[in-house]
Amino acid sequence: MLDGTTATIKPREALRINPAKTCQPIGAMYAALGLHGCMPHSHGSQGCCAYHRSHLTRHFKEPVVATSSSFTEGASVFGGLANMTQALNNIFTIYNPEVVAVHTTCLSEVIGDDIPMMIKKATEEGIIPNGKVVIHANTPSFVGSHVTGFANMVTAMVKYLSESTGLTQTQKEANRRLNIIPGFIDPSDMRELKRIAEGMGVGFILFPDTSGVLDLPQDGHYRMFPGGGATVEQIKAAGDSLATLALGHFTSRPAAEELDEKCGVPAALLDLPIGLTNTDRFIHALRNYGGVDVPATLGEERGRLLDAMSDLHQYFHGKRVAVSGDPDHVIALTQFLVDLDMQPAFVITGSMGNHFETRIREILAEQVPDAVVEQNTDLFALHQWIKNKPVDVIIGNTYSKYISRVENIPFVRFGFPTLDRMGHRYFPSVGYMGALRLMEKINDALLDKHERECADEYFELVH
Amino acid sequence: MTRLRIPATPTHVPPAMETEPNVALAPLPDPEAVRAEMLKIYPAKTGKKRGKQIVVNDPDHPPEIGANTRTVPGIITQRGCTYAGCRGVVMGPIYDLLQITHGPVGCGYYAWMTRRNYARPPQGQVNYMQYCMNTDMQEDQIIFGGEKKLRQAIKEAYEIFKPKAIAVLATCPVGLIGDDIHAVARQMKEELGINVMAFSCEGYKGVSQSAGHHIANNGVFKHMIGLDDTPDQAEFAMNILGEYNIGGDAWEMDTLLRKCGIHVTATLSGDVSYDQIKRCHTAQLNAVMCHRSINYIAEMMEKKFGIPWIKINFLGAEATKKSLRRIAQFFESKKLSDRVEEVIAQEMLALEPVRQEIKARCQGKRVALFVGGSRAHHYQDLFQDIGMEIVSAGYEFAHRDDYEGRAVLPRIKVDADSRNIEELQVEPDETRYQPRKTPEQVEALRAGGLTFAEYEGMMKEMKKTTLVIDDISHHEMEKLIEIYQPALIGSGIKDKFVIEKMGVPCKQLHSYDYAGPYAAFTGAANFYREVDRMVNTKIWKHTTPPWVRDPQAAVPLVHPSRSGGAKKPAASTWRKPAGDPPDAV
Repeated sequence: MLDGTTATIKPREALRINPAKTCQPIGAMYAALGLHGCMPHSHGSQGCCAYHRSHLTRHFKEPVVATSSSFTEGASVFGGLANMTQALNNIFTIYNPEVVAVHTTCLSEVIGDDIPMMIKKATEEGIIPNGKVVIHANTPSFVGSHVTGFANMVTAMVKYLSESTGLTQTQKEANRRLNIIPGFIDPSDMRELKRIAEGMGVGFILFPDTSGVLDLPQDGHYRMFPGGGATVEQIKAAGDSLATLALGHFTSRPAAEELDEKCGVPAALLDLPIGLTNTDRFIHALRNYGGVDVPATLGEERGRLLDAMSDLHQYFHGKRVAVSGDPDHVIALTQFLVDLDMQPAFVITGSMGNHFETRIREILAEQVPDAVVEQNTDLFALHQWIKNKPVDVIIGNTYSKYISRVENIPFVRFGFPTLDRMGHRYFPSVGYMGALRLMEKINDALLDKHERECADEYFELVH
Repeated sequence: MTRLRIPATPTHVPPAMETEPNVALAPLPDPEAVRAEMLKIYPAKTGKKRGKQIVVNDPDHPPEIGANTRTVPGIITQRGCTYAGCRGVVMGPIYDLLQITHGPVGCGYYAWMTRRNYARPPQGQVNYMQYCMNTDMQEDQIIFGGEKKLRQAIKEAYEIFKPKAIAVLATCPVGLIGDDIHAVARQMKEELGINVMAFSCEGYKGVSQSAGHHIANNGVFKHMIGLDDTPDQAEFAMNILGEYNIGGDAWEMDTLLRKCGIHVTATLSGDVSYDQIKRCHTAQLNAVMCHRSINYIAEMMEKKFGIPWIKINFLGAEATKKSLRRIAQFFESKKLSDRVEEVIAQEMLALEPVRQEIKARCQGKRVALFVGGSRAHHYQDLFQDIGMEIVSAGYEFAHRDDYEGRAVLPRIKVDADSRNIEELQVEPDETRYQPRKTPEQVEALRAGGLTFAEYEGMMKEMKKTTLVIDDISHHEMEKLIEIYQPALIGSGIKDKFVIEKMGVPCKQLHSYDYAGPYAAFTGAANFYREVDRMVNTKIWKHTTPPWVRDPQAAVPLVHPSRSGGAKKPAASTWRKPAGDPPDAV
């Protein structure tokens, strides 16, 4: 397996091998599904839409519907206006969503299709029924990554929908309502963030929100537009909130900035609430800006996590870790690994952005100053580094399992996509409970290998 | 959306065992009415287009179906793109061919190990299917051109991996910005001294994956087939075309053919090497599984090398028997025919009890299939082996000949989209053209019932008044389930969970739901068991919670301390207090 990967590192400038990222539109499609009653629409060749739907379905094991402008050569030459107009007409007539969220593809970007003009034209022609909304985000695949596409679509929600009705600061403070922009996390995570905020009694608007959209119960009925998702009204009202908690520099900051610029809502920029420290920061921010106390039950959850961390410290301390994934996820996880006194030795993302390296170095400054930290790299490079200097555990998305198998290194699945295990769909990674789950997975992976391989005399009953 | 209500207890769940064959089922709905119901919601133009793609079948006179035409924008379709058909389907499984996708990162990423074509390269051979290599095109290359980066990427790939050959596959932007990937391939071929070939399979090139199959066929034929004349000296040597070894299907077929004494020179494209493809023109026969994706190579090989092709299907016991006999008939060897009969008898001895047992539980259940360019036809045989009834079927990206039979070919209008794809002009090879049979032999074989270069299509084998739906839309699928209430749907990943949310199990026939193999007799047993599991599981019975199913059912209270266990119910049992609001349903 992966027999072409050797420890000899040869220079590479042009060839990407085994990417640790994918393209913008899939992120935009996922974000759009976090709008209530939304049909994501892919403006391009239908293969993009098919690939994105397939891949999201493999991750969530849920229906993922989206439409496409189904470009053929003609549209690629003459522009996609006719395709878009016909698509919108079909979408509203047949599927009748509340919102259509259009994202572009490399095809429509290269030919320079003007989406706002197309939406305007469709509105004038009466193709968009009254009360229905069409929004769009430019998501060229040759810029950024799926993370960028997610951020761009969330930003588009603000651009198109959020409004400030001119409430005074006093009125806002009286309302005490916060916006939470959760980042590219799973529905189970969004559900957990809401549980925490509700438990604290904070008034909030969370958007996008894919819980109740991509984690539906089996009851014998299919609903194309289920109950979940942030509503247009909520995102509109986000412009009147007291403050925004933007979780994740890469996925949530752009929308928070837009909201500040457009509606004057200030934002607290936080890392994803993964692990002890980052969950502490999130809860502290909720407490401060929401004007509430932290309930005892949440304090107990925290205490149980800390208890586990101290009980099991010996198994985590000093273990070398290779982490790969999306920048916001990797930043937050690295902090947690440091909380656990582990040694993140290789920390990479396929996405681009200097903030990644700066923030990770900040987190690792004391504990692992010599860590290899790199943005815009790939799993082939990571594998070569591991061959040169092995690690104790690999944490990353499903694609890393090949490296784990070849090198016989314990592996913990974390982040998008997870195509081959069920946990992420039901159990969160965020919050104190999510941190416990991550700890359990890391600990199990380490001990499972030890117990499979150690000599009989060292095989022990109790750990 | 207004929706028809599905009964709380799905009707497809049987009581326990149905041992009676021909279970009385409600008569099928009038297909014309179903068709009208499906089309009702569409805007006029869309309805007109979709109307041509939904037809009521008549096996004696297959009606004309709209196929291989554009998908209407805004319709939720199963279809993918040209790149997917080229890179993902035909080229993907060639394990020792290093393939570089030229374009932004996404296309290559999604095509990376998502199809389940198993491969077992020989020791020491890198399996490039585990690698996703691409040029990760950035804005700079979109503006200034990507040829330089592509050239550099090919060099780097060669430096790192030293492959025997490299293929370059284009994504949408490449054609639009005008990168000449064929020129780059030619230059690099010269510079590196290995075969470097390019495929212009930009996603927008066709109306579906189908255009990509054609482009890949052309490339494989031009750049690979015939490069090595070392003959396959086996007495009975043939290629299998259009078999992708999903879940190990090709291995089941290969094992079976070996038992009969037949050697497979190459399987295009499943567990196949570049080297095997180079010499596959030395085989005696091409046997075609998936007509849609590979008939081009079959035809071109016949023209250039004189290798005849026949249609086969190894999915289903009856279909497998028939295919083995057709192959044996071709080779005109009594020894082979006898051996084939022996093997069939042996295999059926093991398979028949399984089939009978499962048939008793599946007989009469309804199934609908919407997949691929041949699978929606081939899998009908497997379902029919266990007595299931096909109520509707259709392909995702096939052409009219796959529905109506190749007889329709001269009457198919070539539209602008199809004209985009190059038709190679093939002449008999000056030295290597060698008809495998004399005209007299061909005549005799035809008289004996063996058809050459013929595919009858799906419709002739489906019952009258079944519904044939090309490129089925999400809306039509929903209607179909509501009206037919099938016991199972065969489809793909994008539909699977939509269908299952409606309480109907869905078998993925692209990926096999990460199971299989299903080909040949051994695979058939797997498939029967899998279908049995799916249509007879108790899971769906739990869809309605007990308090909704029977709100008044009592949960008896007991006094364990007095009765010594939960044997005697206590005098009083708890019931819902009178005056409570009714249960919400």
